[in-house]
Order: sequence, then C-alpha cells, then structure tokens
Amino acid sequence: MANEGAGYLGTEGRPGGISSWIFSTDHKRIGILYLVSILSFFVVGVSLGFLMRLELISHGPTIMEASTYNSVFTLHGVVMLFLFIIPAAPSIFGNFFLPIMIGANDVSFPRLNLLSWWFYMAGAALALATLALGPADTGWTFYAPYSLRTGTYVSLAVFAVFVLGLSSILTGINFVTTVHRLRAPGMGFWRLPLFVWAVYATAWIQIVATPILGVNLLLVIAERVFGIGVFDPAKGGDPILYQHLFWIYSHPAVYIMIIPGMGIISEIIPVFARKVIFGYRAIAYSSLGIAGVGSLVWGHHMFVSGSSYTAGVIFSFFTFLVAIPSAIKVFNWVGTLYKGSIVLGTPFLFALAFIFLFSIGGLTGLILGALSINVHLHDTYFVVSHFHYIKFGGAGFAFFAGLHYWLPKMTGRMYNTKVANWSCLVLFIGFNLLFFPMLILGIEGMPRRYFDYLPQYSTLQIVSIVGSWVLVTGLIMMFVNLIRGAFRGPRAPFNPWGSATLEWQIPSPPQRENFEKIPEVTKGPYDFRGLR
Amino acid sequence: MNETFEKTALHRDYAASKLGMWLFLLTELGLFFGPLLLYVMHDIRHPEAFHAASSGLDRTIGFVNTLVLLTSSLTAALSVASIRRGKTELTLIFIFVTVTLGGIFLVNKYFEWTGKIAHGIYPGGDAFAGLPPGEAVFYGLYFFATGLHGLHVIAGMLVLAIAAVLTASGIVNKRDFVKLENAALYWHLVDIIWIFLFPFFYLIS
Repeated sequence: MANEGAGYLGTEGRPGGISSWIFSTDHKRIGILYLVSILSFFVVGVSLGFLMRLELISHGPTIMEASTYNSVFTLHGVVMLFLFIIPAAPSIFGNFFLPIMIGANDVSFPRLNLLSWWFYMAGAALALATLALGPADTGWTFYAPYSLRTGTYVSLAVFAVFVLGLSSILTGINFVTTVHRLRAPGMGFWRLPLFVWAVYATAWIQIVATPILGVNLLLVIAERVFGIGVFDPAKGGDPILYQHLFWIYSHPAVYIMIIPGMGIISEIIPVFARKVIFGYRAIAYSSLGIAGVGSLVWGHHMFVSGSSYTAGVIFSFFTFLVAIPSAIKVFNWVGTLYKGSIVLGTPFLFALAFIFLFSIGGLTGLILGALSINVHLHDTYFVVSHFHYIKFGGAGFAFFAGLHYWLPKMTGRMYNTKVANWSCLVLFIGFNLLFFPMLILGIEGMPRRYFDYLPQYSTLQIVSIVGSWVLVTGLIMMFVNLIRGAFRGPRAPFNPWGSATLEWQIPSPPQRENFEKIPEVTKGPYDFRGLR
Repeated sequence: MNETFEKTALHRDYAASKLGMWLFLLTELGLFFGPLLLYVMHDIRHPEAFHAASSGLDRTIGFVNTLVLLTSSLTAALSVASIRRGKTELTLIFIFVTVTLGGIFLVNKYFEWTGKIAHGIYPGGDAFAGLPPGEAVFYGLYFFATGLHGLHVIAGMLVLAIAAVLTASGIVNKRDFVKLENAALYWHLVDIIWIFLFPFFYLIS
C-alpha cells in the first residue's frame, strides 16, 4: 500500500485548523489530542521531579523551602498519576488503535469520546491552576485529617482529580461498549489482540473503582467547605476511613496504569520474536485476574495505620496472590522469546527494558507485601523506588515502547532508529541510577517526602541525583528524535515491523475511514503466516 | 464540527446505547457506595447515637417522599411504554407528571432541610457542635448523602425535560426512543438510591 495523501491527518474536503482537531469526533484525531496534551503534562511532571531531586543535592534549603518542596512532590504526584500515567496508554493508544484492532471504524460513542478529552483538559487546567494559586501540600493521597486543615488550595486540587476521574470513567464506558458491540465479523473474544484485552480489563476497573475515589474527594470538599465531620476525629469522624475509601480506588488504579502497558508489551514481543505468543489465553485471563484480585489488596497500604492483625494477614495474602497473574505474563513473554527469530527493533529493546524493570518493581512489591518487613520499610525511599519501578520502569517504559512501535502508523513517518536505540539505553541507565540507590536508602531508613537528610545518606542521594540528569538526557534524546521523525522522518511503510494485527494492514497513516469495507477476520492476531 | 466526518450510522446502535447507560448507572451506584460504607462503619461504632439521631428525622415526610418517587418511577416507565406504542402526547404527559413528582420530592426535602437548619442541626451550626460525636457524623452523612441524591434528582429532571423536548420535536419516536428510555433508566436509578437512603437514615431507630 502506498502513502498517497495524508490519510486522517489531511484536510481535503473539510476545514482545517485547530477546530478540526479539538472538535473532531474521529477516534484517531482524539488519540492525537491526548498524545499532545498528555506528553505536555508529562514534561511538567518530569520538571517537578527533576527539581525535587535537585533540591536534595546539598543539605538545607538549596533551591526551595521545605513547604515548597511539599507542594512540588504533591503536584508531581498529581500530574504524573492523574494527567500522565493513568490516561497515557488507554487514552492515547486505546483511542487510536482499539477500534482499528477490532476492525471497527470508530468507538461506540464518538461524541462522548470527545467530551472525555474536554473533561481531561478541564481537570488538567484546574490542577495546574493550583500551581499558580497555592498548590496543595498534602501529597497526592490527600490524607485526612491534614487535607481538611491545611490552608492550601486542596479543594481545587481535589476537584480537579474528580473531573479527571469523570473523564476516565467515560473513556472506560466507551471502550467496554465498543469491544462488545463493534468487533468485526470473525473477531471473537479469543481473537482479540492482547492489547485490546488489556484495555478492556482496564476499562472495567475505571468504571467500577473510579466512582469510589470520586465520592471520597467530594467528601473531602464537603469536609473542607461545610465540616460534615465524617473524617474529622474532633467531630467523631474517622480519618482511617478516608484511607480505606482512597485505596479502594487507588490501588486498583495502579493496575489501570500497568495493565495497558502489559498489553503493549504483549503486542510487541510476538512481533519481534516472529512467533505466536505463548499462552494467549493465560495472558488474557491474567489481565482479568489482576483486575479482580487487585481490587482486594488495598489494605496493604495501611499495614501501619492501626488496622487489625487479621486484616493485615488477609491483605498480605491477597497481595501475594495478585503477583501470580503478573508473573504469568512475565513467564509467557519470556516463553515467547524462547526459540523465536528475534529482531532487535527499538520497540523490542524498550519491551526488554520493561520486563527487567517491571520484575524488580514486582519483586520489591512482594517484599513490601510481607507484614513484618513492611513495618520497617513503610514510608521510606524503598516504597518510592518500588512504585517508580512499577509505574515508570513498567508503565512508562511500556508506553515508550508503544510510542516507538505505533508512531510510524500514527504519523506515517519513521524516526531514526539508531538514535532511538541509544535513547533507550540512556533511559535504562539513567532510570536505574536514579531509582536503584533509593532501594538501598530505604532499607537504611531514609524516609520519603523529606526535603533534607542525614549526612550518611549523601553518597547515594548524589548518585540518584546524577541518575535524574541521565534520565532527563535520555528523555530529551528520545522526544527530539520522535518529534523530528513525526514531522520530517522518511515515509513509513504500512507494516514496518511485519505485524499481523489489523492496524498494520491499513495504510500509514490510516485513512479517515479506517476500513473502506469492514474486514472479515479469519485468523488470530499473532498468526504470522502469509506475512513477509 | 465536521458533520461529513461523523459516523452517523454508529449513533444508531440501540444495544450499545443501553449498555453504555447501564455501565454509567453502575458508576453512579459506586458513587453512593462510599457514603453508605462510611455509614455502616460509623453505625457499628456508635449504634446508640445513630439510632437517637435517626429518630430526630421526620419519618412522615420521608415516607411521603418515598411514595412520590416510587410513583414517579411508574410514570417514567409508562412514558417509555407510551412512546413504544407511538402515543406522543401521552408520553409527554407522563414525562410531565414524572418531573412534577420530582419537584414535589425536592420541595419536601427543602422543608425537611430548613427545619433541621432552623434548629441549628447542620454542619457548622450551633446545635451541631454540641451533639454527641456519633450523632454529628450521622447528620453530616445525612446532609451529604441526601444532598448528593438531591443533585441527582435535579439532574434526572433536566434529563427528562430534554427527553420531553426531543419527543415533542419527533427526534424521539416510536422507532428510535433510546434517549427517552435511558432518561427513564436514570430516573429509576435516582429512585433506587432513595430506596436505600430511606431505611438507612429514617427507619433504623
């Protein structure tokens, strides 16, 4: 297939300009809207994280005061979680590719889809408005009772997260409906690409869990504005209940972040191993398994909050249990590589980095899930390092892998693969330099969220800070290369990696109407016979 | 907007519209799950205080309001049944009755709330501060849950009003009535949530 015209990116036959984008109901254009906006907020989040690290380069206030530091880590968390990592994979790749991968021309509710993006932007505007007004200093968790008392703009920040949650819910509803209603003829559930399975499982978590967070945030606002007293011990309320409601959502939210990333990896591994994925059904079921069991582990955030020993044991047990479906995925990916004809493409390198980093993240999670060790490690750098290995090393690297895998399809142009491979290596080194020392610091007792530290932590702190510089260098390399590629790279062929899924069987970039005729699906997503 | 680009055919998937609505209703239940969970936890801790506070609510108004909402659910269902038979005028009448009943519910609620507020029993009020801890939390939850429900009543009335306009202009008709059906589903949700709130807050003492 040739590259004539610019497909859905072109303007012929309709007015161009910004309004043809921000009012478009085309799922591909909405995917690009999310891509641009989410990556912009990612830059904000990275900058905040970079400044936090830099502050710790010497003792005492270096570039900011303690209170500013509190606001910076709060905003870093809010931006990275709610504006970047939760929406990144489902909203960008899910929007762009889920309909194409199931052989549909759009999602079930295109206008609702656009509305989700507008809600996302409104929530983002509110969150960033607090930056100017006086950012919250509670941490992204908004724990009561401090969040009820502090003088900063907590209500606004909380409301921003509420609006972002609404956006997330609407996206979830759209995807579940789309998967049920718009699969092409022959596209049974067991022929769905694993990325679709992953987004489908994620969408269910978004629908079921997000409202709990939503109402919890409304309760915080009601507490702050009216003082209804449910979380306020002075009025007979109980702040621990806030923590329960918060983690009932926010632990499943961790899986909202990671499951789509696992889906991306499940797409990339078989393509670059030129082999049918090992254990297709096991991977699909494990997505649902993680979504299910992951809803029952929230108490492991609260082992030291005074919950009963029995509750601790139960939550610890479920925490170990949820590691099983995650491990099933890792073993299946590695099993797919065995005796494959491996092609070391850029997306594949990112996928390998993902497996390595995610394994460290997962195993440190088990260490934290053990009751007795948790008491020692709770609220230390060990926890910070663990969740960065999962969210950045896992979800983040999977997202980068997806960018390198799918951007040629989205833009119709190829980036420089040599630079991309180097950026992957620099990112990998920078990431480990930044976060591995934190594991050791945590074991040695360095508490999280402190803007200063004792002299014995200096060496590892400095190593970690240098790591942040390497990481940022890698990010700049990667993004400059991708942006150059998107605008000025050579034309990409319609199927540069030799993939078997439907999105690679149409031109790059796709036409406005994905399929002139809805395809009849006759084989599985990883059946490479007849390709190349 | 690019009308030419809109995939109009996709908007006519009846089953998808219903599925989407049901999923949305599920999220609404999730929203009320939070306060009800808090209610249960606090009730376990302060059973006497909760019962004492509950007896301070006016059961008669609560009961009348339950009847009002149940009746409105019936008329909402009847409006859908009428449009299926193509009886536009009857549909409009039933929607009108439903919205009016919603209004009556809110008026009753208004008198109930202002009665409590006049006695200083509201978060920040004089009497509120002096209440035993459990009772204060009870009323805090009462105002939050019924307030949130009240907002849903208003939203439901708006949605039904829009459905009425669409019915009158013929967009909702015998063949394509999913918008009205979804509006009615939303109204049933408003009703069902009240069916839970009523015994929780009024009948436990």
